[in-house]
Amino acid sequence: MQTLFDAKRLMTRSISVENLSKRYELGALQQETQLRDQLVRLLRGAFGKRAPKEILWALREVSFTVEQGEVVGIIGRNGAGKSTLLKILSKITYPTSGRVRARGRVAALLEVGAGFHEELTGRENIFLNGSVMGMKRKEVVAKLEAIVEFSGLQRFIDTPIKRYSSGMRSRLGFAVAAHLEPDVLIVDEVLAVGDAAFQKKCMGAMHELRSGGRTVLFVSHNMAAVENLCARGIWLAQGRIQLDGPARRVIEAYMGSFASAESASRELTTAQDRRGSGEIRFTRVELLSLDGELQTVPRAGRSLVIRMHYLASRPIERPVFGVKLHSELGTLVTDSSTWLHGLDIPLVPEGEGHVELEIEALNLIPGRYYLSLLLESRMEKRVFDALDHAVALDIAEAPIYGQSRPIDSRFGLVFFPQRWRLEGIGRRAF
Amino acid sequence: MYQWLAEVWRSREILYFLAWRDVKVRYKQAVLGVAWAVMQPLFTMVTFTFFFGRLAGIPSDGVPYPLFSYSGLLLWTYFAVTLSQVGNSLIANSSLITKIYFPRVLLPAAAALGGLLDLVVSSVFLLGMLLYYRITPHWTVLLTPLFVAQTVLLVIGAGMLLAALNVRYRDVKYTIPFLTQIGLFLTPIIYPVTFLPHRFQAWLALNPMTGVIEGFRGCLFDSGVDWFVLTCSWIVTLLLLVLGGWHFRSTERVFADFV
Repeated sequence: MQTLFDAKRLMTRSISVENLSKRYELGALQQETQLRDQLVRLLRGAFGKRAPKEILWALREVSFTVEQGEVVGIIGRNGAGKSTLLKILSKITYPTSGRVRARGRVAALLEVGAGFHEELTGRENIFLNGSVMGMKRKEVVAKLEAIVEFSGLQRFIDTPIKRYSSGMRSRLGFAVAAHLEPDVLIVDEVLAVGDAAFQKKCMGAMHELRSGGRTVLFVSHNMAAVENLCARGIWLAQGRIQLDGPARRVIEAYMGSFASAESASRELTTAQDRRGSGEIRFTRVELLSLDGELQTVPRAGRSLVIRMHYLASRPIERPVFGVKLHSELGTLVTDSSTWLHGLDIPLVPEGEGHVELEIEALNLIPGRYYLSLLLESRMEKRVFDALDHAVALDIAEAPIYGQSRPIDSRFGLVFFPQRWRLEGIGRRAF
Repeated sequence: MYQWLAEVWRSREILYFLAWRDVKVRYKQAVLGVAWAVMQPLFTMVTFTFFFGRLAGIPSDGVPYPLFSYSGLLLWTYFAVTLSQVGNSLIANSSLITKIYFPRVLLPAAAALGGLLDLVVSSVFLLGMLLYYRITPHWTVLLTPLFVAQTVLLVIGAGMLLAALNVRYRDVKYTIPFLTQIGLFLTPIIYPVTFLPHRFQAWLALNPMTGVIEGFRGCLFDSGVDWFVLTCSWIVTLLLLVLGGWHFRSTERVFADFV
């Protein structure tokens, strides 16, 4: 009897989402906030053609269930519907159709310190924020000391938060959230803030929630954090569930969707998911060796030349070229740019051209990596073209350290030219 | 409906904290602090006494004109100032609405309650004036909180309607000060109802603040009340409360998408 009861408890459904859809009318969102516009539209409707409304389905027929105690990571590109889903789950907005059922107290952390008031002190904001997040006054009083301690802001707790830095604000906000004790916690990309020590603290708090049997839904672009925290992943693409399964598998499939590594020359003109004004854009990337030969799969430890072709539709003053390298799980391995190298490009004339980034020894552990490309103006603080994870880079095995042992992602991301010194204890070749 | 009321009741502490925040923030950097609560009706009263009481010679039902106009301005100032705050309460708190769920009605309600502190302070000044003019209030003065309560309901009712409309149509923001400015003259504040020709008096009863101000004065100075005006006023107040509540409830689901 006992076991049956336990099994039942373990299988308690925490969240169930059925056929959830959410439609936004873009026209209505942007323009008709003045009564005048509404009247104009009415007149048009009566006497002429109705202006077509642009309709956006942020979510389409999304269904899934989450058991109590599950920690689910929700991943997807910008605009895939992640935030809309979280907003519906936390009752901030309503679905166009479908329904959501959640059991117990739901707390949503869509923005750290939402509703903080600039003029109030840290302590006052703890009460205000705690209250709107669903804590009783008595609870806040009881936990006040722990919250202040967690935030590490003891000295500034009676200072108005308008004097706080953004990092301090986030710490205070997360400190309140960490003490909510909800049954279901919904978190949107909040670990992107604060210093490393505080992030570690936040991850610790999230782990604690997990071990306390609470259900957590977690949105992040940091795949390492998702993998670390979540057993299950849901990948949203264009408002639909693309894949739902073990976190690692979902993350790999998601990262793999950005680019394929089939050739040494990648067309970028048709690339989706790019940001920027586009006066100058990347058109193609070629992977070469130092002697100018195309290489589809660069080898660990050998040279690599990344040749980036661009097209400028007008002369561009002082652009900055940048390349980022991410691991398969989204960890930034390195970031390089002409600006970091102190190179000032006075003018890029109109038309086509290319730049090259030459890497003498590509000391990456074999595995899959992704290149992100960036063209920006630091002066004007604007982005001309940004392609995230645009090029997949498969690094082939090579005899690292002069040996042919299989070294893969289990051994980290990079290796350095190095040598073990064993003088005095002698050695024998294996 | 019942569920909603139960949820609002469970969240009553949020109401308290939101009102507390509004009050605290309002006086935080003001040197004169709560004295501002008296300033506005006081200076308006002085101006009105000079222009309408002295120069125009408008009657005041046998009460000294300064006392007459101040007693009217007391509730009117609360109504006008708070109505504009309630009307803007949703767009002013857009960061809360788009990030945290709680019963939305708490925002206009908190704005309406937050204004009560000013009313209490300016009422103390009214007591001072009564002493100065050596007027002993009749026992009916104990009924005046009824009119305060009615004003709060009126502000919440009309405010919910305006606040919800304001989310979709920002025109409302500019309409409210305009409405209250005209309202000042369409309410018997600077003149008694009897000052108007008889055929206009019934129309004036449609303005719910007419009943509030007349009733408040009637209880304060024991000058009797007009039951017809009072009944009209309550009917309009309750209608606005129902209409405002209905509109608010039927649109609150999409506040976060538009605000």
